[in-house]
Amino acid sequence: MDRERAAPLLEVRGVSKSFGAVAAVREVSFPLYGGEAHALVGENGAGKSTIVKVLAGVHEPDTGAVLVDGQELGSAGPAAAQAAGIAVIYQEPTLFPDLSVAENIFMGRQPLGRFGRIDRAAMKADAVRLFDRLGVRIDPERPARGLSIADQQLVEIAKALSSDARVLVMDEPTAALSGVEVERLFAVVRALCGQGAAVLFISHRFDEVFSLCQRVTVMRDGGLVSTDPVADLTVDQVVRRMVGRDVSTLFPKEEVEPGDVVLEVRGLTSRGVFADIGFSVRAGEIVALAGLVGAGRSEVVRAVFGIDRYDAGEVRVAGERLPVGSPAAAVASGVALVPEDRRQQGLVMELSIERNATLTRLKPLSRLGFLGGRAERRAAREWARRLQVKYGRLSDVVGTLSGGNQQKVVLAKWLATGPRVLIVDEPTRGIDVGTKAEVHRLLSRLAADGVAVLMVSSELPEVLGMADRVLVMHEGRITASLSRAEATEESVMFAATGQVAV
Amino acid sequence: MSGRGSVVGVVRRFWSARESGIVVALVLLVLVTTVDSPNFLSPQSVRDLLLGAAILVVLAVGQTVVVISRNIDLSVGSVLGLVAFATGKLLSSAPATPTAVAVLLGVGLGAVCGVVNGVLVAAARVPALVITLGTLYAFRGVDHSWARGEQINASDMPRSFLGLGTWTVLGVPVLAIIALTVVLAVGFYLRNYRSGRELYAIGSEPAAARLSGIPVGRRVFTSFVVCGASAGLAGVLYAARFGTVDATAGTGIELQVVAAAVVGGVAIFGGSGSAYGAALGALLLTTIGSSLAVLRINPFWQQAVVGGLILAAIGLDRLLAVRAANRLRGRSSHDA
Repeated sequence: MDRERAAPLLEVRGVSKSFGAVAAVREVSFPLYGGEAHALVGENGAGKSTIVKVLAGVHEPDTGAVLVDGQELGSAGPAAAQAAGIAVIYQEPTLFPDLSVAENIFMGRQPLGRFGRIDRAAMKADAVRLFDRLGVRIDPERPARGLSIADQQLVEIAKALSSDARVLVMDEPTAALSGVEVERLFAVVRALCGQGAAVLFISHRFDEVFSLCQRVTVMRDGGLVSTDPVADLTVDQVVRRMVGRDVSTLFPKEEVEPGDVVLEVRGLTSRGVFADIGFSVRAGEIVALAGLVGAGRSEVVRAVFGIDRYDAGEVRVAGERLPVGSPAAAVASGVALVPEDRRQQGLVMELSIERNATLTRLKPLSRLGFLGGRAERRAAREWARRLQVKYGRLSDVVGTLSGGNQQKVVLAKWLATGPRVLIVDEPTRGIDVGTKAEVHRLLSRLAADGVAVLMVSSELPEVLGMADRVLVMHEGRITASLSRAEATEESVMFAATGQVAV
Repeated sequence: MSGRGSVVGVVRRFWSARESGIVVALVLLVLVTTVDSPNFLSPQSVRDLLLGAAILVVLAVGQTVVVISRNIDLSVGSVLGLVAFATGKLLSSAPATPTAVAVLLGVGLGAVCGVVNGVLVAAARVPALVITLGTLYAFRGVDHSWARGEQINASDMPRSFLGLGTWTVLGVPVLAIIALTVVLAVGFYLRNYRSGRELYAIGSEPAAARLSGIPVGRRVFTSFVVCGASAGLAGVLYAARFGTVDATAGTGIELQVVAAAVVGGVAIFGGSGSAYGAALGALLLTTIGSSLAVLRINPFWQQAVVGGLILAAIGLDRLLAVRAANRLRGRSSHDA
């Protein structure tokens, strides 16, 4: 294919986007040429999805611009991007469950008959034609509610195709599709490229990237690493560029002799989410659950803690089997979960620091059923001191703290229960580097005190620095169990992307 | 992929059951009541029933437009009261005003109230429940301070206008014909026009609606204006039907309106339901009222029956949602 075209169809030029203090994307530029499929790869949190949302018009870039045919994309949101011929297939399907499949495909672009009426017959026929092109059979008149994830994804793809887009952006479109469906999708994408459209393809599956795309852009930590023709690269090179960091000694892991098995999970299965998950965590051990976003890690720990139900398997704490779907039983047997989204699940943002910190132990702190203000304050102050929470007054609303200090309050809340098993989901997401190290020190010390720690983390350096053992998940299954010595950035990434374990 | 057709068939049957179910309930109710007292189906009695339902139907249809987009308008009772009083005031001070002009002015005033609701909901980013709870009191307050205890009587208004509430065409009350026209127009619009479908999309999944480039704010705003206008029309019809208007007209009717929509199959969290269903719901609630009276059942029971119906409607909603969720789980395991 002609690689050195003069003018790209679409150009991302110097785009930066921050959310609060966190820079999601910094100074990213790359071109999309008509007739080419272009891959965008990077670790979780590298900024790929932010780029997608900028292209879709959902986010307006802080600096820089998106140019289509040399014209800057207006700031009128998704409608402007659509008008410029950009169609986006999002990672998470964005369907209207109450409406029919055909309506989902043509929302806002329904074929019209006389007097501006929607021509339902034409709409249905068009939908059937689109599905024929994709080689699938979905009844266009059924409601979208109840469609499998794969079928939802196919409807999304049909939606994007129906708009005759010149630029098609696909954020991990194949994650839920079967091999045959992927092949059909690729055939359609190649046909679109043949007609001069540009495709941006985001995927963690390198075999797909290498078979479909002509060019690949690598992102890391919100920045651009490189854009090269695929033919000039190998999978190894791409993985190295995605990771490309030194594992610093930021994480002072204390060496601990592991004790007895405290948490044991066997054959845990939740249909369509994860399957046959088995592992154990010993006292004093830190086990990391690594993998890409959507691999099912958070779902596994939620099931272990009893928030979500599971269909098969068992969870034992110190030999005792936990009942399915009962967080209260889990807490009673000494399990604590620090959730991924602390604002929504971990804290009551409007309450004070002390109230939040003592929320899990109201009983021991109350006398005759009433909460004694003094006991509560004393307990909160003690934990704030041990975790070095930076606060003005303990009575301040917790929402005023920085992200890192909020996370410490969540930790305090659970540590106060004296857990035997601590499950932390993304313990350092959105936290500055200094506080990160403190959280790591804390986890490490807890392990040294004999707590069994199960840590879900998307940050490879954190996983490699902290964990005694690394379990890697890929699409709902554990694909590798690596010892501290075996775990390297490459071996974890390979297992996480479903390549053969090294 | 086989077997999908039968699943769809089940869903369809269930779906159509939502509206045909109300018809069945309505027919049963009328039958039972008629067996007890045959007069219940006399032309005069049916006319009274339709007259009684017309205003609630107009309000419920307007409410449907708002509820479908996952909002709610609690101020409709106050808008009705304000417009009814304004119409009475206008016609008693200028009796020469043609009826059509009075109707248009009433609808216009209602639409203005809708604009206030729509702007507040769009600007404040506060749930419509709270906003319209506020305007419920605000509009009623305006009504009271304007009326200052004054009551407008039928004798103050021109006969031609009051005829709107009593005339019939081929035995059918004009009021009922107006209500039916509103139902058909709104039902047709919601089903067949892009902007109508977009209201369903917004109510079904607001985030996805935004990503699809639907002008969510504008559509929601418009839905409030339509709802306000229909409440305005209901206000004019109220003045014509009862002839006597003071500042308390329509107090508390908003909950009946929401109840009618919910019983009629309009999902309170948006995305599904139809104007036809809401109208049937309003008709059913009105019929319950008069048949319980005919059956000489303690009127206090009436409220309990309405409550039971609402719970049954919500229970059915929930059942459908759970079934759909189970189907989804089963299906995705087959793909994994």
